[in-house]
Amino acid sequence: MSHDHHTPPRPDNDEPLTYWQTMEIAVRELLIEKGVTTPHEIATAIDQMDARSPADGARVIAHAWTDPDFKARLLADASAACREMGFDIGPMHLIALENRPGLHNIVVCTLCSCYPRYLIGPPPDWYKSRAYRSRTVREPRAVLAEFGVTLPQGTEIRVHDSTAEMRYIVLPERPTGTEGMDKVALAKLVTRDSMIGTGLPRQPG
Amino acid sequence: MTSRVRVRNWHPPGHIRTPAYLRGKTGTIERKLGPFPNPEQLDYGLPAKNLALYRVRFTMRDIWGTAAEAPDDTLEAEIYAHWLEPAD
Amino acid sequence: MSSPPIKPWHDMGGDIAGPIPTDDHDFALWEKRVDALLVLCAGKGIFTVDGLRRAIEDLPPDAFETMSYYERWISSVNRNLIEAGIYSPAELALRMEKISARGASYGEATG
Repeated sequence: MSHDHHTPPRPDNDEPLTYWQTMEIAVRELLIEKGVTTPHEIATAIDQMDARSPADGARVIAHAWTDPDFKARLLADASAACREMGFDIGPMHLIALENRPGLHNIVVCTLCSCYPRYLIGPPPDWYKSRAYRSRTVREPRAVLAEFGVTLPQGTEIRVHDSTAEMRYIVLPERPTGTEGMDKVALAKLVTRDSMIGTGLPRQPG
Repeated sequence: MTSRVRVRNWHPPGHIRTPAYLRGKTGTIERKLGPFPNPEQLDYGLPAKNLALYRVRFTMRDIWGTAAEAPDDTLEAEIYAHWLEPAD
Repeated sequence: MSSPPIKPWHDMGGDIAGPIPTDDHDFALWEKRVDALLVLCAGKGIFTVDGLRRAIEDLPPDAFETMSYYERWISSVNRNLIEAGIYSPAELALRMEKISARGASYGEATG
């Protein structure tokens, strides 16, 4: 199954007003009236989050695939490495997890839905689901099978439960047959799911 | 903190960042992080004590015993210092 | 101890559960606004992400099924703001009453 397709927006402005939408409007208006924030600040915060997407993470991964020194810096301090590339990742503390032959990393948050959102945007719905949060720590292989991920026999799976301050991004293995590809082309192979560990990069061609 | 640690098998009410499935389980410190302010105080807006935060690695055998899907697979989680005790 | 401790509902790791859902949705404007309010309030130090989580965890166990993700968030953002003394429950109620009178849809009611 593919988790990378885009889906239509949820019905929005024309639907009947709900209790919780009414509360959102009220809270926002009160915060503005009390001088806590402004409409401009709110619009800017929305624009900043909208601007973040898996394509940003893909650029980081492709850079690491082509520059061994950057890869070393990414694995040593992923927050600093992302900022070095010019990404505004806010207050996030990021760790990059390297996949290698014999080791596959997968990320979950069992207690809520911690996710590297300041680099790759907010999480997909399935990441926040009861099923993913519950099962990934007990049966990651069954979960990976549902995502269509098959790994060479003997591969260790390492689950990362984002329980506290750190956020995680997987550095997938560079696909074979990509020698000579530039960073722009390589970044197109990096999917959102390959950076969470529920997928692998696309094959070239 | 020694390398082998046991997660405290405590179950207090409150906002706790130590997942229940790891309490009482024994693992190995992978790296030390922090310090970070204690989330059990931050959540109530209280002044929060700075704590070391450890990434602890467990085998699936450590966590699930004979019911493990693949006993040699591993799991890492971040556990605050006050939730860990030496296991040696 | 006479009875085993009860695991809170949000602490789901290891629970038995069904297939991973495949449906997804892009965010509605009101959801993006809730997200922005949390980011701004946390950034200004009015309350913390742990405060957000705590008030979500204190919702009843069926909240995970009966409320959507950002419904739980706005419920918690509101509670934290009241606890921080930014406004009172009565101020919120009065404002919600006025907003409901503006129109039947989000588009009509929102500023």
